[in-house]
Amino acid sequence: MSESINESVDTAVSKLQRLFKGSGQQSVLITLASSLAAVAIALVLAGILLWATGKSPFDAYSKMLEAGLTNDKLLETVQRATPLIVAAVAVAIGFKMNLFNIGVEGQYLMGVFWAAVVGAYVHLPSVLHIGLIFLVAMAAGAIWAAIPAILKVKKGVNEVIATIMLNTITLSIIDWLFQEKFRHEIPGQLDVKTKLLPTTAWLPDLVKNRLSSFVFMALVVVIVFWLIVYKSKFGFRLRASGANAIAARTAGISSNNMIVTSMVMSGAIAGLAGMTYLLSTSHAYGPTRPEGYGFNGIAVALLGRNHPAGIIVAGLLWGFLDSVAGPLQIAKIPQSIVLVIKAVILLTVVIVNEVVGRRVAKRTADRTAAQLTLPVVAA
Amino acid sequence: MATDSVAVQLTGIEKRFPGVIANHDVNLTVRTGTIHAIVGENGAGKSTLMKTLYGMHQPEAGTITVFGEQKVFRSPSDAIAAGIGMVHQHFMLADNLTVLENIILGYEPTKGGRIQYGEARTKLLQIMTQSGTHVDLDAPVSDLGVGQRQRVEILKVLFRGARILILDEPTAVLVPQEVDELFSNLHRLVADGATIIFISHKLDEVLTVSDDITVIRAGTTVAEVQPKEVTRSKLAELMVGSELPSPHGRASEVGTLVRLQLDRITVAGPGDKHALDDVSFEIREGEVLGIAGVEGNGQFELCETIIGLIKPLSGTLAMEGENITHTSPHHRLMNGLSYIPFDRHREGLLLEAPLWENTLLGRDGDPQFLKGPFINATAAKADSRQVIDQFDVRTPSELVPAYALSGGNQQKLLVGRELSSHPRVLIAAHPTRGVDVGAQAAIWEKLRAARDAGLAVLLISADLEEVIGLSDRILVMFDGCINAHLTPAEATPELLGTYMTGGVQEVAS
Repeated sequence: MSESINESVDTAVSKLQRLFKGSGQQSVLITLASSLAAVAIALVLAGILLWATGKSPFDAYSKMLEAGLTNDKLLETVQRATPLIVAAVAVAIGFKMNLFNIGVEGQYLMGVFWAAVVGAYVHLPSVLHIGLIFLVAMAAGAIWAAIPAILKVKKGVNEVIATIMLNTITLSIIDWLFQEKFRHEIPGQLDVKTKLLPTTAWLPDLVKNRLSSFVFMALVVVIVFWLIVYKSKFGFRLRASGANAIAARTAGISSNNMIVTSMVMSGAIAGLAGMTYLLSTSHAYGPTRPEGYGFNGIAVALLGRNHPAGIIVAGLLWGFLDSVAGPLQIAKIPQSIVLVIKAVILLTVVIVNEVVGRRVAKRTADRTAAQLTLPVVAA
Repeated sequence: MATDSVAVQLTGIEKRFPGVIANHDVNLTVRTGTIHAIVGENGAGKSTLMKTLYGMHQPEAGTITVFGEQKVFRSPSDAIAAGIGMVHQHFMLADNLTVLENIILGYEPTKGGRIQYGEARTKLLQIMTQSGTHVDLDAPVSDLGVGQRQRVEILKVLFRGARILILDEPTAVLVPQEVDELFSNLHRLVADGATIIFISHKLDEVLTVSDDITVIRAGTTVAEVQPKEVTRSKLAELMVGSELPSPHGRASEVGTLVRLQLDRITVAGPGDKHALDDVSFEIREGEVLGIAGVEGNGQFELCETIIGLIKPLSGTLAMEGENITHTSPHHRLMNGLSYIPFDRHREGLLLEAPLWENTLLGRDGDPQFLKGPFINATAAKADSRQVIDQFDVRTPSELVPAYALSGGNQQKLLVGRELSSHPRVLIAAHPTRGVDVGAQAAIWEKLRAARDAGLAVLLISADLEEVIGLSDRILVMFDGCINAHLTPAEATPELLGTYMTGGVQEVAS
């Protein structure tokens, strides 16, 4: 069984390799193909689960497509994908340095909270006002992410543990600050929030109440991520340190500097994840604050393999699944199937990528060795 | 023991990879109870062949016969069942388990689901007595040295009942004393009826230890010889198909400018011990200073101190008169210092990254590779192609990931990277470890050329022939101290061996 799988993976891999011989996109295409295959496998597995609980998978999937492929739902897909993409970029920066920033959840809440507080008390022209809010959010996230980085560098504390604990601490701090210091009650309204942002700080919607123009900012974030990580000298050092910390250190790259810088960058980006909510939806911080962008961002970064294009695609997929949860519920199909599908996709993608990655590595090594054995074929 | 019975016979083996042939028409006959060496350059197809024999992949043509019985190996477990075991070059041990646990891992004798440690221990003690090896079965593997780890690997294979052992470059990581010990163990095993297939680049070893030698070149077996019939140079010629230069001789003179100076450097070690104790020396332009010593006597700390990764407790470090004791590694590496590290996989390369990123590593501060804050990939790739060209790195292109290259080619790339920044001081730690004679000769030649152009080289090597052949002066390190100063003319492997194990040099009056 496992051998026949290996063989078919081999055949597929070699076909793709031959198809895109020598092109730099080869590995991207293999990744794309294996990710698509993984999603397909996940849908089959989730279908089996549905079938086992007495629901028709075909009904469920056709309902998802039917509901999801309407204009409204597609806009909602993008709207929901936006914060996830930003959060995933934040996570991916950490991953590139071999750091697991689980603290994105806390970092973007810090960003939202402080941006809401500071933004409400200043009066500036719109562009400057929004710019200032972005800066405050980024600073809040960055400072919050610097704590685990400094703990790691100075005391050797594992960043996973530090960031998980900081997530809990974040909630307590924000709740306390909100309840004790920045609660702003408006007589006659049940909805308790921080002071409302002046309209100069409101980001316009591209489609009224459907799609915030913050999506452009998310795109900018992805492009900047790509430029920094894949094209810049700093990014090269970051990736080198992540790929082989000892070799990077031996080459004169200070790993402590890289740890602090990459965590701070990750936190700064994370700080922006909640901006759709703050600047386009709620215009203040309140108990309806968003939840789970950080954890879903981890999933999206994993699914997108920390690659800018992958993150966008994965973010949209996650947004789509979130957006069809409602219609499924109405159609008497438990919406938790969406969670199941997400989880199964994540697992299959990780497994399939691992299997394909190993085969590709083995084949590359074998082929390189083989090409050199016979000078006839050497390029 | 009937030595003319055949343990392994490979006939007409052909292994193809898509579009190419890695092994063709390979014929190999290994007599039972002998040590059979397989020599060949890196990339000649030795590994491909051994993977075939160990069932890691299947040949397209040819037959494998083990103890007279024709076999088809679908996987390594088939090969193990047929009595074939493989000791890999890179050890595969779990550091946090004991020796005993490591050996039985995956092959645990159980009764009713419980592991029979007693039974395993008895069997292992018996194997150890027979093979004349000894390892403390209860020691955690993390406490073991390289030589002992290798013994554990061999025991692991014997514990699984192997009668035919494939050893992939077993001496690459050992010091001379450990090599002798390994060879005496191998002789015991062979006397006991085991058969050993021994892959090596070190021709002197091959000639002393083996009963038969098969030479592989360009994917096929080109010769089968007996050690008494050939000389070292003849064997090297068979391997590469042409004659090779030796490490001896130099045309230029050592200059007067002191490139690197260490003055009474002391470095903290584990506990109260000093890893380096009061080490002083200087290297002049165009000079190679060789450091001989058993690994772990302070060489690693010496290198890391010179490049700035370890801060010394006391003492000063100067390059061309400038005190660099308190500068950063980056500053030193950007200002004329280069380092070929001990372990290319661990400290030198980004295995997953393409070659051009590997040649860029550590040199990304050079303005020629930058466009503002961005990497100038075109320039970096062009430079990488130049390194590949000049140092004869055998690769289809600079876009191939580093893991795809053979060890020798990885090392040539690394040496190329370090030399192409035109350093004035080079620290070369085991510059030719685990590479074949062809690559070794090429690396020596490049080092010599750079030296003639004024480079000061600190050469650290376990290969005494290399130390003696390349150095202008030789120091011996023992226990963090320099305990002997020699000229290459007076240094013999025996004399070096004495100092390396702590012998005290008599100071000439």
